[in-house]
Amino acid sequence: MEEIWNGLLKAVELIARLDPVVVEITARSLFISLTSAFLAALICIPLGGFIEFRSFWGKRAIVNLIQTLYGLPTVTVGLLVFLLISRSGPLGGLHLLFSPAGMIIGQTILVSPVMTGLTISALAGVSPQIKETAKSLGASEAQVILTVIKEARPAVMAAVLLGFGRALSEVGVAMMVGGNIQGYTRVLTTAIALNTSMGDLELSMALGIILITLSLAINLVLGKVQGW
Amino acid sequence: MGGYILKISMMLMALAVLCTAAMASDGERLRLATTTSLHDTGLLDVVKQKFEEKYNVSLDVIAVGSGAAIKLGETGDADVLLVHDKDAELKFVGSGNGLERRCIAYNYFYVVGPRGDPASVKGLNATQAFKKILEEGRTDPEKVMFVSRGDNSGTYTKEKNLWKAAGYNISKFNASDRWYISAGQGMGATLMMANEKSAYTLSDMSTFMAYNAQYKGNFTLVPLIEGGNELLNVYTAIAVSPMKRPGVNCEMATNFINFLVSDEGQKLIADYGAEKFGQQIFFPAKGNCAAIGCPPAECAVSASATCAEA
Repeated sequence: MEEIWNGLLKAVELIARLDPVVVEITARSLFISLTSAFLAALICIPLGGFIEFRSFWGKRAIVNLIQTLYGLPTVTVGLLVFLLISRSGPLGGLHLLFSPAGMIIGQTILVSPVMTGLTISALAGVSPQIKETAKSLGASEAQVILTVIKEARPAVMAAVLLGFGRALSEVGVAMMVGGNIQGYTRVLTTAIALNTSMGDLELSMALGIILITLSLAINLVLGKVQGW
Repeated sequence: MGGYILKISMMLMALAVLCTAAMASDGERLRLATTTSLHDTGLLDVVKQKFEEKYNVSLDVIAVGSGAAIKLGETGDADVLLVHDKDAELKFVGSGNGLERRCIAYNYFYVVGPRGDPASVKGLNATQAFKKILEEGRTDPEKVMFVSRGDNSGTYTKEKNLWKAAGYNISKFNASDRWYISAGQGMGATLMMANEKSAYTLSDMSTFMAYNAQYKGNFTLVPLIEGGNELLNVYTAIAVSPMKRPGVNCEMATNFINFLVSDEGQKLIADYGAEKFGQQIFFPAKGNCAAIGCPPAECAVSASATCAEA
């Protein structure tokens, strides 16, 4: 017990004096996950709108599939992206394996189902009258979707934040596709895994505290967003 | 409420921009796939710093087991390898995937176990000790256990060879062999597991010393069998062949190997550890070629193959 306590104290100290290693890893984590969430939002919000407002054959099945993929295992996505972007894979010419860009691709894929699915639910929750009103005022389909998305802003924002939280806290893609390279692809989760197995528990705990704090921050923003 | 969303979006964007600025700028990179021991002990941090200064390149260290490292060489996802699995290395070079095998350093494996040595292996050689551990483990799996790496690492290859020498086939171990724990993890995690379970394991001496120093006082494992030719552990460097995998950074890989076998590189290896662990943990290959079974052409000499692509 004393060890854990001492570890905690040292961890807090590492954070308090802005240890360069801690700061660097945190910044990289935020950069990669924010970019992934941003890209995923660009894809998923319009996609969610499209699925919600169009009726087409197999729609129910697609929505089911998307919901099934909420819990897409991170290691499976990691493996898939690894195979795709390895130099001997179909996208090998781009040299993306073991680079932040590769990790962003993986995390974008990872969070897309959650973001798309929650966007669909968010839009479904908007009163149909708004859609009808927009239509009757002569709005095009794109304009109708935009109007409804605007109406559902808090819930859509929540979808994006949840996606960001998932990207930030996952370790499978980051480890397999990023390779945990110091100063290049090492992020909070992979650094915790490495330092724990190397016995540097203080650094692990410091990074763990930051990760939890960030999750908490995301949750607070989420609460705020949903309160609107 | 629109104001809130705008503010949050702006904050997120500002954060992203800040983070982008914090990322290191891209320059030339060399991808090194390495066995974990060279990384976990901290040796590569020292090597990386000197090498990067000298050649103005970013050395990307990907620490995996030797088997995984060689695989990354085969697919062209690494430019240069540091490994310790002779059979796999010879196969890698023989199939044209690697240019040349260069011995850079060596040390020994340890058979480590709980201080009480419940299987009484102290004083035996490694093969005899493995035999004894198996017999005692099958008799009383509560008392005598062995934790195996169980991955595709050079250490695991060594372990399999030792079982073979002792007359056992590891693939025949089954569910009734409760004394044999296949961890499927790196050396450090395996040592920690053996420590928690008071079990025996096979470890390279450098990783054992690094963990022993890290866990001062809490480590109950001690080396029981050290040294001897059976437990020799030779580290080699191999550049991935640009003939097989065009696009690998062969020039810089060659620079890296030449740096390791240079007097400067060999001195870095020899000097490492004295300060941190109180003793040398890697021995330079230079001058010891015959003793470690490396032919003179492979041992601590500069690369001779060219980097021409097919």
